[in-house]
Parts: sequence; C-alpha cells; structure tokens
Amino acid sequence: MSKMNLKTEGDRFVVVTRRFAASPEAVYRAHSEPELLKKWMLGPPGWTMPVCIADPRPGGKIRMEWSDGNGHGFYLTGENLEMEPYKRLVHVERMHLPDPTPDNHVETLFEADGDGTLMIMRMTLPNAEVRKSMLATGMETGMEASYNNLDSMLG
Amino acid sequence: MQILDSSFAALADPTRRAILARLAMGEATVLELARPFQMTQPAISRHLKVLETAGLIEQRVDGTRRPRRLAKSALEGIDAYLDMLRRAFDTNYHRLDQLLAEMNPKNGDPK
Repeated sequence: MSKMNLKTEGDRFVVVTRRFAASPEAVYRAHSEPELLKKWMLGPPGWTMPVCIADPRPGGKIRMEWSDGNGHGFYLTGENLEMEPYKRLVHVERMHLPDPTPDNHVETLFEADGDGTLMIMRMTLPNAEVRKSMLATGMETGMEASYNNLDSMLG
Repeated sequence: MQILDSSFAALADPTRRAILARLAMGEATVLELARPFQMTQPAISRHLKVLETAGLIEQRVDGTRRPRRLAKSALEGIDAYLDMLRRAFDTNYHRLDQLLAEMNPKNGDPK
C-alpha cells in the first residue's frame, strides 16, 4: 500500500501528503540541500541530475538539469521564496520543455508525526493545455524528458 | 488500471513519445507519421496500435483516410496528469526513503 496521497484541492491546487520514517530536519534537508536533492529527485532508472543548484535562502536561485545519459534532457529553474528551517519551504519553479511552463508555486510543510515526518506539499495545478504538453512530451515515465532534439527527429 | 499500465508501457518507447509529440501538433496519417522516422509503415502501425490500446490516440474516419489524433480523454483529463505525478513522486519518494535511512541510522544527525 502506498504511503502517499495525491489529490486536487479545488481546481487550482494539487496536494501531496507522504510520511517518512525520519525527522522533520532530515526530510527538510533532503528537500533543500543540492547534494541531497540530486540523490533522489531523479525520475526513471538511468536518469541523473548533473546540475543541481539550490541557494538556500529567500530569493536564492534554483536550477536542476536532468539527463538520460543519451543526449536527452530538460531543466527546471526557480527561486526559493520562504525557508523556515525544518518546518516549511516555499518556492516557485518552471519546467523548460524547452519553452517555460507557467510558474508552479509550491509550499512544502514538514510536521513531526510520531517518530517520523508528515510532509504536505501544495502545488499549482497547471491548466489543461500545459497538462497536455507535459504528458505529450513523455513525462509519464517519471519527471521525464522533453525532446530537445525533437525538431531534428521530426525534421 | 489496465489502461494506466498500458499507457505507462506505451510511453516508455522514444518513437512512441515522438509520435505523440507530433500528434500534439495536429492529426496525421500513418504515412505522414512514418516519414520522419524512416520506418516502414507496418512498423509505425505497430507503434500506433500500442498507443491506441493504451487509450492515448484515436482514429478518425475521413473517407478512405484514417488520420490519428491524440485522444482527448487521455491527454486533457486531470486524471492522466495526476497519474503521471503520482508515478513520478512515488518513484522519487521511495528513493528518498532509502536516502533518509542512510542519512540517519538512529541517533539523528543534527548537522
């Protein structure tokens, strides 16, 4: 049984809740420190994150680049907005597919839950058009790729 | 669930993803789809069959033509998007479980 719950909230948000068997501090750090992020926020097997920049302060830049090792990949940029250590993170991000998707505003809460942590993440629900392009570019298999070389494939 | 599993498999193939990306720009016949891929028509037809079974594309009847297009229900529905997120997050969070176990064996790791 999955420990994760993912549902819409109204027509504007997606809320993800997930329990982790670690302290709020550890889960918070894994969500905010580049060296930790690049170990797990990866997508399908074989994908890596060769670039992970996440300046841990309000206004700090975020940039993550994913690669499948065969010349395909995509990237995300964003900014940290609010950081309350071990409790709450607020950031904004956009995917470049390669055109940027509308800003996704993400608030992540870390609450002590017994000997673990309950993470609650509220993010923006993209509109139908953006959902369609994200699906059509093959993101189904994880945080997967758009084809930057699609033009040449279709050429 | 059957549909979701088959759509997952359907999208695991780069040619099929490229076909979907092409169809996202508008409907196309098998011949038009086959051209840029330098594949035979039967080979493309096999890919189309997989995509159709997964509910991702559909055929339109236009005289003797059978142009393919994206299935509205599959790609515009919120459910398909949420399912994509669910798969992506679930995979990542399982990896995070392992990382957290390595970070913090028992006593906490305050720095």
